[in-house]
Amino acid sequence: MGEKVLITGNEAIAEAAIQAGCRFFFGYPITPQNKIPEYMSARMPQVGGCFVQAESELAAIYMVFGAAGAGARVMTSSSSPGISLKMEGISYIAGAELPCVIVNVMRGGPGLGGILPSQSDYFQATKGGGHGDYRLLVLAPSTVQEAADLMMDAFDLADKYRNPVMVLADGYIGQMMEPVEFKKRSSIPPPPKDWAITGAKGRPRNLIKTLYLDPEELEKHNIKLHRKYLEMAKNEVRVENYMTEDAEIVIAAYGTTARITKTAIKILREKGIKAGLIRPITLFPFPYKTFEEAAEKVDNILVVEMNMGQMVEDVKLAVCGKTKVHVDGRSGGMVPSYDEIAAQVEKIVERRL
Amino acid sequence: MMQKVFTRPKSMFPVPTHYCPGCGHGIIHRLLAEVIDELGIIERTVGVAPVGCSVLIYNYINCDMYEAAHGRAPAIATGCKRVHPNLVVFTYQGDGDLASIGTAEIVHAAARGEKITVLFVNNAVYGMTGGQMAPTTILGQKTTTSPYGRAPAREGYPVRIAEMLATLDGAAYIARAAVNNPKNIIRAKKMLRKAFETQIKGLGFSLVEFLSQCPTNWGMSPAEAVKWVEEKMIPYYPLGEFKTPKGEKETAGGV
Repeated sequence: MGEKVLITGNEAIAEAAIQAGCRFFFGYPITPQNKIPEYMSARMPQVGGCFVQAESELAAIYMVFGAAGAGARVMTSSSSPGISLKMEGISYIAGAELPCVIVNVMRGGPGLGGILPSQSDYFQATKGGGHGDYRLLVLAPSTVQEAADLMMDAFDLADKYRNPVMVLADGYIGQMMEPVEFKKRSSIPPPPKDWAITGAKGRPRNLIKTLYLDPEELEKHNIKLHRKYLEMAKNEVRVENYMTEDAEIVIAAYGTTARITKTAIKILREKGIKAGLIRPITLFPFPYKTFEEAAEKVDNILVVEMNMGQMVEDVKLAVCGKTKVHVDGRSGGMVPSYDEIAAQVEKIVERRL
Repeated sequence: MMQKVFTRPKSMFPVPTHYCPGCGHGIIHRLLAEVIDELGIIERTVGVAPVGCSVLIYNYINCDMYEAAHGRAPAIATGCKRVHPNLVVFTYQGDGDLASIGTAEIVHAAARGEKITVLFVNNAVYGMTGGQMAPTTILGQKTTTSPYGRAPAREGYPVRIAEMLATLDGAAYIARAAVNNPKNIIRAKKMLRKAFETQIKGLGFSLVEFLSQCPTNWGMSPAEAVKWVEEKMIPYYPLGEFKTPKGEKETAGGV
């Protein structure tokens, strides 16, 4: 066991990135993720890295484009409205197949919205967000420890697939303090970056671009990207099954709502209602198969999320009408309580819904 | 034996360009390649292409290159230069790219003193999209989106980028050149060389604005276009050096 430290999720995310070898950070302040750039501005010089506070989220994401293209381990972080601004660049990064990590510590929207925790960027993270046919690998931590672990994995996955990886947290994960252990990892050497911009010395020059004026070439490029996303779907699905073996009703939740749901399940089980939780850890690729299998065993799935119902669409897609799918959504920074979730489950079980 | 006195720069691919007859981009590309050759830096030079007519510059200059999104080249150059401080990084940007959609990126790259070199091509019009008004379109100039001629009350005033950036402490070398006649072209090359030397010496941000002709979208012959640069553009956009590195001698007789 390594040493445990008590820190906020934002700090854990930043430190985990450093320990994963990230040496370049470009960002712009926005609540509730400010501790990440603040931490990086202090920490990067200590490890010979580089922190730049960009003039905008747009500039920050293109600095990431430049550094990722130059072969570096690089990240940026922001919160919902700022992520919207980065979306242009994220599309370019996905198109150019550059590995990087983007952290979204979600707050409520739309528009300026609020500064309290939310999960309302699920669509944006998993269904595109920017223009064009592309996908991000999306990881959703539900504890500070998991945020640190997933950050480290995120850089490896980005390099493995030459794809941007998004760590999708919410304001709670970012700002609450929990004990964290930064796990020593067996370092897998990243695949050689022979495509990177390093100066064309003793090799043909490299070119990083996203423009394909010939439609046949662009389609070929999109098919290649699509194959990569299929490969991710085959290899990278992560999901936690919690008390689902004997469950008569399944709750689907990720991130902060998944933690609250675990308490609700305890309350329900004390009352004799066998509830279980399916917690997607990767939101893309989504654990469709897990839900498909659950649909064979339960009549009801309740999706709990801090939005008006986004992940519920993926759950419905997975179960394909085989079971009833309900949604319990709170939004705007409102967080469902475990009593509220338990009450909702009771209603469903008593067939009042 | 015959002596070869004029050849293709080594840094250029031996291919014809896609530019229209009389366009200034070909001249500026050549100046860029000549300066890279003369400084012997091709193996450590990185370019960032813009969005606009010159997006395909990477088909002509044989160095590592990025293709940027519209206006974002200075941010990409920043990311690259921070990773590889020993590389020589340039961006090549038109007026829509740099002076309109990318104003934040260029101003702050200059303010940070990023050690990059910017080639800013000002032809007072959006070329690739078919001749719309640019931030640098001059007063009275007709374009497809200022069909009555640019009027201050309606379209505001043209932006003088070189003068504006020269006010920033992070900017080390800022100059404006034109490529409408041999004299101005020779002067432009000297400025571009100084700009690259400024970066190589680590003195800060450098930029050369090139007044360039766009006969196609101006609706002129190439001969009329170079005359228009002289008579209409240069009076509004004076040529010269607006900022030279501290401690560096001004070039005798001016560049």
